[in-house]
Amino acid sequence: MRTLFEKIYSDHVVRSAPGEPDLLYIDLHLIHEVTSPQAFEGLRLTGRTTRRPDLTLATIDHGVPTTDREHGISDPLSRLQIETLVANCEAEGITLFGLDDPRQGIVHIIGPEQGITQPGMTIVCGDSHTSTHGAFGALAFGIGTSEVEHVLATQTLPQNRPKAMAVNVTGELPPWSTAKDIILAIISHIGVSGGTGHVIEYRGDTIEALSIEGRMTICNMSIEGGARAGLIAPDEATYSYLKGRPFAPAGDDWDAAVEYWRTLPTEPGASFDSEIGLAAADIPPYVSWGTNPAQSAPIDGSVPAPADFDDAAEQEHTAQSLAYMQLEPHTAITDITIDRVFLGSCTNGRIEDLRAAAAVIAGKRVHSDVHAMVVPGSGLVKLQAESEGLDEVFTGAGFEWRDAGCSMCLGMNPDILLPGERCASTSNRNFEGRQGRGGLTHLVSPAMAAAAAVTGRFVDVREWTD
Amino acid sequence: MEPVKIVRGTMAPLMRSHVDTDQIIPKQFLKRIERTGFGPFLFYDWAYDHEGELKPDFILNQAEYQGATVLVSGPNFGSGSSREHAPWALLDRGFKAVVAPSFADIFRNNSHKNGLLPIILPEADVERLAALAEDPSAEIEIDVKAETITAGGTTVGFSIDPFVKHCLLHGLDDIAVTLESEGEISQFETARPEFKPSLT
Ligand code: SF4
Repeated sequence: MRTLFEKIYSDHVVRSAPGEPDLLYIDLHLIHEVTSPQAFEGLRLTGRTTRRPDLTLATIDHGVPTTDREHGISDPLSRLQIETLVANCEAEGITLFGLDDPRQGIVHIIGPEQGITQPGMTIVCGDSHTSTHGAFGALAFGIGTSEVEHVLATQTLPQNRPKAMAVNVTGELPPWSTAKDIILAIISHIGVSGGTGHVIEYRGDTIEALSIEGRMTICNMSIEGGARAGLIAPDEATYSYLKGRPFAPAGDDWDAAVEYWRTLPTEPGASFDSEIGLAAADIPPYVSWGTNPAQSAPIDGSVPAPADFDDAAEQEHTAQSLAYMQLEPHTAITDITIDRVFLGSCTNGRIEDLRAAAAVIAGKRVHSDVHAMVVPGSGLVKLQAESEGLDEVFTGAGFEWRDAGCSMCLGMNPDILLPGERCASTSNRNFEGRQGRGGLTHLVSPAMAAAAAVTGRFVDVREWTD
Repeated sequence: MEPVKIVRGTMAPLMRSHVDTDQIIPKQFLKRIERTGFGPFLFYDWAYDHEGELKPDFILNQAEYQGATVLVSGPNFGSGSSREHAPWALLDRGFKAVVAPSFADIFRNNSHKNGLLPIILPEADVERLAALAEDPSAEIEIDVKAETITAGGTTVGFSIDPFVKHCLLHGLDDIAVTLESEGEISQFETARPEFKPSLT
C-alpha cells in the first residue's frame, strides 16, 4: 500500500545506491529571470548545455513592471537580468513567454494554465512556491541556483527521500472561509517549520470539494510550513481542468494519461510518517498579525501578547514581530486599519480570486485612505477578467488594474510598500520588509482583502451585506 | 567547489529564531547576475537605517565581529525563499559555517552546494556557543571529517549526511558525478511514457 508521494517518487528514480542520494528524473523545469542567470553562466563555464530544452519553460515575472510596459524597464539591473534570460533562452533553445507574449505571467500560474502541469510529474523551479503545482498530484518543489544548473545539464536531481505527512481536513467549510484560510489555519497549527523535511499530502473531503484553483492556493503555501512540497490526489476535477489545455495530452495520449493518473492516489491503509487532522467547521477567515505566516489569527480574534506563549524563544519572537508590525498586544484584528491592498501573487492571483474579490466590492468604493491594486497572475488571467468585465468592477471601485507579474508580493519591481504602510495582501509571506522595507504585511484571502479595501480596516467578511 | 575539511575562526551570535532569506539578503539585491558581490548587503535591513547609515547596535556591524567565520543562530535558520543568494552573501562576507538548532531544507541544500556548512546542534549546545561568542575572540574549530565542533575547551559531535560529507571533503562537482550515470539517464528517458508533456 503506497502513498501518492511514494508512487510519483519511485516512478522517477533513475538510480539509487546505498549511502547516496537517489537520482530523480525531472519531467518539467520552470525558469525565471532571478534564480537562473548564474546557472546558465555555470553551464557556459563548464562547457555544458541544456540537456532537454523541450522539458524546460521560461517566463519573466519577478522583476517586471506592472504599468507602462511599452516604455520598457527603467531599472537597469532588472533590465539586464531580463535581457540575460532572453539571451540564455535563445542560446539554449528554451521556450520563453516573454513580455510581449500574452501567456507571460507568474511561473506557478502559467504552468497549470497551459496544462503543462499534470498529475504524476516531477516539476522543479528555482523558486520555493513551486509547491503550487502539487495541486495536480505532481511532485513539485523549489530548488536553488546550483540545482537549476544541475537540472539544466542533466534533467535529474540528486534527492534524499523526504518524509510523508498527511494533513486531513474534513467537513464543510463555513461560508466565506476559503482555501487561503485553510492553509493559514494549517500553518498556524503546525508552525512555520512543522513540515521541514516532509512532503505534505492534503486529504479529506474538504480538500476534495475545493476547486483546482483553491487546491493550488493550499499547495502554494506548503513551503510556509517548511514542507518541501504539497500534494493533492488527482481526481475528476483535475482531469476536467486539464482537458483541452494547450499542453495537455490529446487523443490516445489523453486516455493513456488518465489511465495512469487514476493509479496515483494513496491507497487505503497506506501509512504516513506523521498525520494531523483539522475540522473545516473550525476554520474562520484568518488574518496574519506577525512576521511569519504561522502568526495568524481568526478575524474575530485579537493580536496575542508575548506572555500568551510558554516558550521563551517564542515569547521573544512574538515581541520582535509585534514591534516590527507596530501592534499592541490584544488589539482586536478588526481594529487594525490599513493603507494599501494588494490583490495578486501565485497564491491568489488567478481568475477565481479576482472573481471573489470583485463580488465583494461590486458597487462599492475603495476607502479614501486606501490605495488598492489588482495584479493578475498572468496575461491570460488578465484577458479573462477583462472579458468578464471584472476590470471595470475594480477600476470603478477605485482599484488600479495592472499587468501580470509578482509585483508587490516581493517588491523586486517598483511596486513596494513605503516604511510604515500597512497592507492587506493576498500573497504568501509577511516577512519583515518583504513587500518593501518597513512595510507591514497582513496576509488574507481575496474576499477579506477586498472588504478591507472598502472599509479601510479588517472586517469580518462574514458580516458583509450587499 | 574547493574541498571543505576544517573551519577555524571566531563566532558571531545572531540569536533570533526563523531568520528568513528575506532578512539574509533582501530582494532589491537579487538583481545581480553574478554569484559574487552580495556580502555588503547581508542582513541589509538590520544593518543599515533608512538613510543608508550603518546601525552601530547591529552585532555584525561591530568592529570586534568583523572577522567572524561562524554564525551562531536560532532555530529554522534560512526559511523562506529558494534564493541561493543567501549562502552566497554569507560566504562573500567571510562566513564558512552557520550553527543553529535547525535549518530550512532549501537553504541547507543551497549551502552544501557552495561549501557553506549548516551545522545542526541541540539548542543547549547552540546556546553555549552563543554565550562563548559574547567574547568576539573566542575560537571555534569545526572538523568535517571527524564531525566535531570544539570551542571553549569542549568538543561536541554533530552529524552530516555521508554523501554531503564526501562531496565537501573532496570538493566534488556534483553535476560531474551525475553525468557518470549518463547511461542510466538515457535509458530512463527511452522508457518515459509518450503522454508526458513537452514544449516541442
Ligand atoms: S508571486 Fe510572490 S511568491 Fe509567487 S513566485 Fe512571485 S514572488 Fe514568488
